[in-house]
Amino acid sequence: MNTKAFRFARVGAAVTSLALVGILAGCSSTPSSSDTPSGGSSPSASAGGTYTLWDPYPDRDASSTWAAAINACASTLGITIDRNSGNTGDTVKDLTTAAGNLPDIAMVDNPKVSTLAAAGLLTTTTDNGLDTSKISPNILSAGVIDDKTYGVPVGANTLGLYYNPTVLADAGVDIASVVDYPSLTAAIKKVVAAGHKGITFSAVGTEEGTFQFLPWFWGAGADLTALDSTQSVAALTLWTNWVKDGDAPQSVITNTQGTSWDEFKTGDFGFAENGSWFQGDADTAGYKVIQIPSMSGGAAAPAPTGGEFITIPIQTDTSRYAMSSKIVECLTEGDAGATALGYVAPTADGAAAQVAANAAGANQFWVTAVGDAKPRTADNLGIKYPIISEQLYTAIQLALSGGASPTDALKAAQAAAVKNIG
Amino acid sequence: MTEGPLPRNGSDVIDGTTGEAAAQAAASPPARKETARSAAWKAQLAAWAFLTPMVIYMIAFYLWPLLRNLDLSFRDYTLGSFITGNAKFNGFDNYVKILTDPAFPTALRNTFLFVAASLLFQFSIGLALAVFFHRNFPLSTTLRALFLVPWLLPLLVSASVWAWMMNSDSGVINYFLQTIGLHPIYWLTSPTWSLTAVTVANIWIGIPFNLVLLYAGLQAIPEEIHEAAAIDGASKSQAFWRVTFPLLRPVSAITLLLGLVYTLKVFDIIWVMSLGGPGNSSMTLAIWSYRLGFGGGSPQLGPAAAVGNVLIVIAFIFGIFYIRAQRRALRS
Repeated sequence: MNTKAFRFARVGAAVTSLALVGILAGCSSTPSSSDTPSGGSSPSASAGGTYTLWDPYPDRDASSTWAAAINACASTLGITIDRNSGNTGDTVKDLTTAAGNLPDIAMVDNPKVSTLAAAGLLTTTTDNGLDTSKISPNILSAGVIDDKTYGVPVGANTLGLYYNPTVLADAGVDIASVVDYPSLTAAIKKVVAAGHKGITFSAVGTEEGTFQFLPWFWGAGADLTALDSTQSVAALTLWTNWVKDGDAPQSVITNTQGTSWDEFKTGDFGFAENGSWFQGDADTAGYKVIQIPSMSGGAAAPAPTGGEFITIPIQTDTSRYAMSSKIVECLTEGDAGATALGYVAPTADGAAAQVAANAAGANQFWVTAVGDAKPRTADNLGIKYPIISEQLYTAIQLALSGGASPTDALKAAQAAAVKNIG
Repeated sequence: MTEGPLPRNGSDVIDGTTGEAAAQAAASPPARKETARSAAWKAQLAAWAFLTPMVIYMIAFYLWPLLRNLDLSFRDYTLGSFITGNAKFNGFDNYVKILTDPAFPTALRNTFLFVAASLLFQFSIGLALAVFFHRNFPLSTTLRALFLVPWLLPLLVSASVWAWMMNSDSGVINYFLQTIGLHPIYWLTSPTWSLTAVTVANIWIGIPFNLVLLYAGLQAIPEEIHEAAAIDGASKSQAFWRVTFPLLRPVSAITLLLGLVYTLKVFDIIWVMSLGGPGNSSMTLAIWSYRLGFGGGSPQLGPAAAVGNVLIVIAFIFGIFYIRAQRRALRS
């Protein structure tokens, strides 16, 4: 019996190692040096040629409205667009390793544009002739580094403060009373006192954690160049106390935005910080949303913009840029692309059309919220942003888990950020 | 996701083959007059022909990546380097950077605790189970097969299930703790517990491997020895500690060494369960290397490669220990 088990293990190992060899071989195959994506392999290649587009939406298959929006542009322009979907987190990796054989168009998460631009992977609007005059400046600024524009947003999403009217009514909380941090905390405490759960959000140790923290951070008046400022400490103390006092569950430390939303949908939570992409879901469940308040009231806190940029990576054959620009313009004008993705359109016309149609995630509320939002890489942070963000989410994790006080965690984060930026 | 058994048996197979090929080469017939020379030459040629695919494979898939990683760790490799193909040589800068980083002692300590606790429990539980199943009883085969389940599950599945069970608010473990009147433990959300949490999951995953190897080792011990010991009046525990355990030593050593190499580089379980957090509290060297290279922030491939090399050196040192111990055992 033992020899049998042993042989079994060996055969299994042999099979898996063969599989692994196959994978490795696939990875290490050098990209072909020919820079013209061949139309030969695609039988439906139109006269205009084939252009490749990478997007990070593997969940949107060929029958999705997003794929339809791409195909509509392809047929308008008389070309074939070869769409290739990968995982969001891998786009930067994929693009850098594909250097020399880059796609004509690549869609990347907006805070990563500056990193790719700094690596010399992307063309500027001067190179590719793209017209960005209609794009809303506050969304576009994530792609602007030292006055050069490296791409245009396909649309934008942002964060809001969802609430469950049933729970709030039960706890006797009037949503109109929530105007600043103290009144929000008071409302949460009332909800908890009524036997419900307070607020859920995502403070996970990744970029998502920073993304969710930024409204509170900016709403307190803090600045990403000084993580240890008193405003920053105030914002993190707000979150830390929520967790410490049981107003927010322990799980926020490991929650992604998706799991946080699942928690909220149990129907027992009073509040949830989450994105415009859940508006459709919220409508079905009867949840409402307000903008996240700032620390001392008045204007709402600026939330960060999310969403991808459409960029045109460098090509040896520069004559391809003209058509690539047309594709980008087609995908960003109007609201077809943005609506398909559940984003607020990047142009005023597109957003107006969405408001008129009351599109999910792009109704009047979210269009206003995106108008008030600001990109994470703004303030000319550019490639410094990812470094700062990493330290910020580490500090959030430390403080929320009780590993360090907000003051100490942020002090260490600022020191590490300064050191790593150099 | 199949790393479990792979490196162990993978390297095992390779060693075997090169060994045979080398033996073949060495066994080329001694000179036997005229034809002997060409025959010997032919045998040499054949030996090399048999060796070549393996040599190419070894160079392409083992030596080359290793050298590349070494090279990478001495360079300032940025995203731009992918385009230009140039990365400035910066000597030991990357190593200085990681060794002076406050995260280094944390990662080293976590790695040590993670590996030590994993090996200790995996081995002792695996051995206890192997001894248990060695006395074949009805249904023992079925039961033993059940113990292999953790090995068959994709690591991603195992890790996710553990993460759910250990969820601070709604996990089944805390539910159980509260029903028996204890305080819930914030397994994955408290810096005090997160390393323990991922270690527990890793122990569970590693038991089958230890069980299978040690069980096979037990089967290889001739029954007569036990009988002889019994006749000489050895008690059950004496028979185990004085006969079985020493005879099992070679198998134990290889099980522990393979377990060590495997545990040192464990990544997926920790990444899925805690991302090395909260903060750095469950960050091992493997996790740190990934975080530096591909995690958040901007990619720091040079330092990431340097951490990877530190890991390789640690595994290598223990490998040498093992080989020396084995040689000594052979000599005596």
